[in-house]
Amino acid sequence: MTILEVRNASKAFGGIHALNDCSISVEAGKITGLIGPNGSGKTTLFNVITGYEKVDAGEVHYDGRTITNATPNKVFAMGIGRTFQLTRIFPRLSVLENMHVSAQRHSLRGLLGGWSRSNERQRALELLEFVGIAALKDAQAGNLSYGQKKLLEFAFILIAEPKVILLDEPAGGVNPTMINHLQSRIQELNKQGITFLIVEHNMEFIMQLCDTVTVMHRGTKIAEGTPANVRQNPAVLEAYLGD
Amino acid sequence: MELIIDAIITGILTGGVYALMASGLTLVFGVMEIINIAQGAFVILGAYLSYALAQHFHIDLFLGLLITMPVMFVLGVLIQVLFIRPLKRDRTMLSILVTFAVALIIEGVLTILFTANIVTLKAPYITQSFRIGNFYLSYIYVYGFLLSVVLLAGLYLLLYRTKFGQSVRASMLNRTAAQLIGIDVERVSALTFGIGVALTAAGGMAFGATTAFNPGSSYDLISRLLTIIVLGGMGSLSGALIASLGMLIIENVTAVVWSPTWSSTVFFVLLVVILILRPQGLLGKLEGRKQ
Amino acid sequence: MITARKYGKPVGLLALLGVAIAFPLVFSDPTYTTIAVFALIFASAASGWNIFAGYTGYIALGHAAYFGIGAYALAIICQRYNIPGGWEPIYLIPLCGLIAGVFAIPLGAIALRTRRHTFIVVTIATFFIVQLMAFNLRGLTNGSTGLDMPIPFQWGAGYQGGNQSIYNLPFYFTALALTIVALAVSWFIRHSKYGLGLLAIRDDEDRARGLGVRTGSSKLSAFVISAIFAGMAGALFAYFIGSVQPQFDFDPLFDLSIALMTFLGGIGTRAGPILGALVLEFAQQWLTLYFTQDGLYLILYGVLFLVVILLLPRGVIPSLQELWAKGRARGRIGPLVLPVKTPVMSAGTTSPPTATRMTGQAGETAHEEVPR
Ligand SMILES: Nc1ncnc2c1ncn2[C@@H]1O[C@H](COP(=O)(O)OP(=O)(O)OP(=O)(O)O)[C@@H](O)[C@H]1O
Ligand SMILES: [Mg+2]
Repeated sequence: MTILEVRNASKAFGGIHALNDCSISVEAGKITGLIGPNGSGKTTLFNVITGYEKVDAGEVHYDGRTITNATPNKVFAMGIGRTFQLTRIFPRLSVLENMHVSAQRHSLRGLLGGWSRSNERQRALELLEFVGIAALKDAQAGNLSYGQKKLLEFAFILIAEPKVILLDEPAGGVNPTMINHLQSRIQELNKQGITFLIVEHNMEFIMQLCDTVTVMHRGTKIAEGTPANVRQNPAVLEAYLGD
Repeated sequence: MELIIDAIITGILTGGVYALMASGLTLVFGVMEIINIAQGAFVILGAYLSYALAQHFHIDLFLGLLITMPVMFVLGVLIQVLFIRPLKRDRTMLSILVTFAVALIIEGVLTILFTANIVTLKAPYITQSFRIGNFYLSYIYVYGFLLSVVLLAGLYLLLYRTKFGQSVRASMLNRTAAQLIGIDVERVSALTFGIGVALTAAGGMAFGATTAFNPGSSYDLISRLLTIIVLGGMGSLSGALIASLGMLIIENVTAVVWSPTWSSTVFFVLLVVILILRPQGLLGKLEGRKQ
Repeated sequence: MITARKYGKPVGLLALLGVAIAFPLVFSDPTYTTIAVFALIFASAASGWNIFAGYTGYIALGHAAYFGIGAYALAIICQRYNIPGGWEPIYLIPLCGLIAGVFAIPLGAIALRTRRHTFIVVTIATFFIVQLMAFNLRGLTNGSTGLDMPIPFQWGAGYQGGNQSIYNLPFYFTALALTIVALAVSWFIRHSKYGLGLLAIRDDEDRARGLGVRTGSSKLSAFVISAIFAGMAGALFAYFIGSVQPQFDFDPLFDLSIALMTFLGGIGTRAGPILGALVLEFAQQWLTLYFTQDGLYLILYGVLFLVVILLLPRGVIPSLQELWAKGRARGRIGPLVLPVKTPVMSAGTTSPPTATRMTGQAGETAHEEVPR
């Protein structure tokens, strides 16, 4: 079953066609890889799905609903969480405070209430434990290493219990031990039923983790299939080598 | 009707002078992302410099600019290097406080040197006027306007026809990227600040020649200049030009058809209206960030 | 940023409160108590300002408008309803704050349509609009002549047998109460989910909104809360001075002063604005007392500004906190060292340049990277 689908999306920045009639779909409960050379439009596709950019044309469907050009908070509330290529955490808040930001409450009582003595805190601590940075809970987030920031961003997405998680280069600039760790976390969450769409340049990471891989080039999809299939696809090789 | 046309002409002529003063402000914002609250004080300082040269050395107001503009340029560079460059964190806010401190010091020095009494600049062409059709125009308004046109044209050439101008524009587009391609952004910033202040010297002379002033006149000026650059879109030179002319015309017309008391209010109310319709100003871009 | 402060704190706060209450009784010379009243009025205003500007990172420079509105509200109400002197006007101060808050709703909403830099300038402009109104709406404000306040306390200065040393006391304690309320509200907000949202806005507004923080209403409500404090400070100020005039109650210096006070103490911290206000207001009053020549005072005040900013750009409290944290880290394992259990993680050599520059002022840095 398809849970997330982009249909014929186009997006141009000035003269650059970042997305060009691009269609992709993501199967529920699977881990889908999204690869492509630099500048092929992967991040733009994420932005379009999560509402950070508006499409010029095309549609985005999620869980039977149309979410084309919905605002980022709506998309997030509907259960699509994402991380950014250059992590976007709140650098001057502590790690634990970062966790609480994304667990927003909208009742007046919830807003005026504290956040330090609740189940929410318990859950935040568990998730930090889960990704492996619980020891840093009181550190200022801006002082974390690059890899730790990525884990933090991953953890604070999880607190909102998303159904689909989009990761933009989770392994970029991160050392090998941590990459393995991250892989195991993703697999565990996937077993619990969370769908993943992962952009990554680290092929090994993608090949080991993903059920299917979609390849983008010049703003559009050029191939799709199992990791093994895609690896042998001449069009993909050409895309990577041709430029 | 004639009154209105007269008001429009005055609006255009004084608008040119405001454009000159505002261009320094918006340029500095564009390059450094700082708001120079002292711009109003620099205008008044420029006016007093011209006043002093005229009073004590009998130097013509326009010729005197050959002295005051370089002096103010050096002053601007010094202020940037000494007080603004050292700011590393919270640059925007701290630069406001720093330039405000500079404004206070300028106001204090001027008060001690010239007292708080209101003065006017004197020259034959300030009082004389000429006739076109049914309209009388003071020479000084026309000269002030021409001066602004010449200097703004010079600024345009500097920005679009020189290597230095290229670095300035690159720094305006993206400070970090400019640094990466080897532009010495700090040097560009210091020179830009100097240029902004030097232009203000000329603006101050033209302002002082048409308006009586004292050291405290800077508050009213800075509020207007800030309004103009927001209206034009912060960091947009052409926006500042259009906004200056537009605002001054509207202000002058309001003074004639309604009342001078409310003409300044109209100035600010327009700002509010335009912001409701177009938060980024006329030619500006929205702030904010995506990835 | 917040680290364990356990038992010392309540005791310390009580001691401070004791000192604050004892101060006017010990130093009963009206010269001192007058300065103290001004200092506390500014402390409450700065503390309120910090709730908006410090927490959200949006610098508002038009709060003098709300200060002035609060002042005029009190003057106009007293005149229209023939309020006598004494305590009644003091009871009206919260109402005046609310009136200022009501004005802040539309003005704040308009200004908040813009982001960061433009916002600063727009708030300055809204201040000038309101000031012009005070000059021009003569029927209501009596133009540049201003309005007189009722005479506060019959036992006070200027009266036969009036006791100079107790005249200031009601003002002192009212100002102290306002400051305490402002501090309490800051504290409460800082520890609420709402406050966390404000701090998230300061660090990365778009990201915060993407995570469900209601950025628009959060910013506006914080703006209004801070305007209410400015309004209350203005009302008390006007009653203390005895009259309102556009040039004094709508003072362009006001915002820059409270901004400097907040920065001096430490922006975004709870006690910083109050500390900064006390220090700076005493310094400023001292300057006015001893350097009466018009221009000289301005120069010295300007120099004071420069010294504070160039020597203490981070503010007193954050600097102290940093020293304290360093002292602690020396004793034990630093807070950033991971225990053995978790895998070793480090930035490695491949991390992009931003990652290394993110420390300390990451918010600022991140902002600069946007092509405008
Ligand atoms: N906000 C923007 N303004 C202008 N151009 C943009 C913007 N965002 C993306 N682009 C351009 O769109 C194209 C696609 O960019 P995108 O970031 O989506 O690529 P990507 O596949 O994520 O690349 P990478 O692997 O390097 O992250 C690029 O040419 C990029 O320069
Ligand atoms: Mg990308």
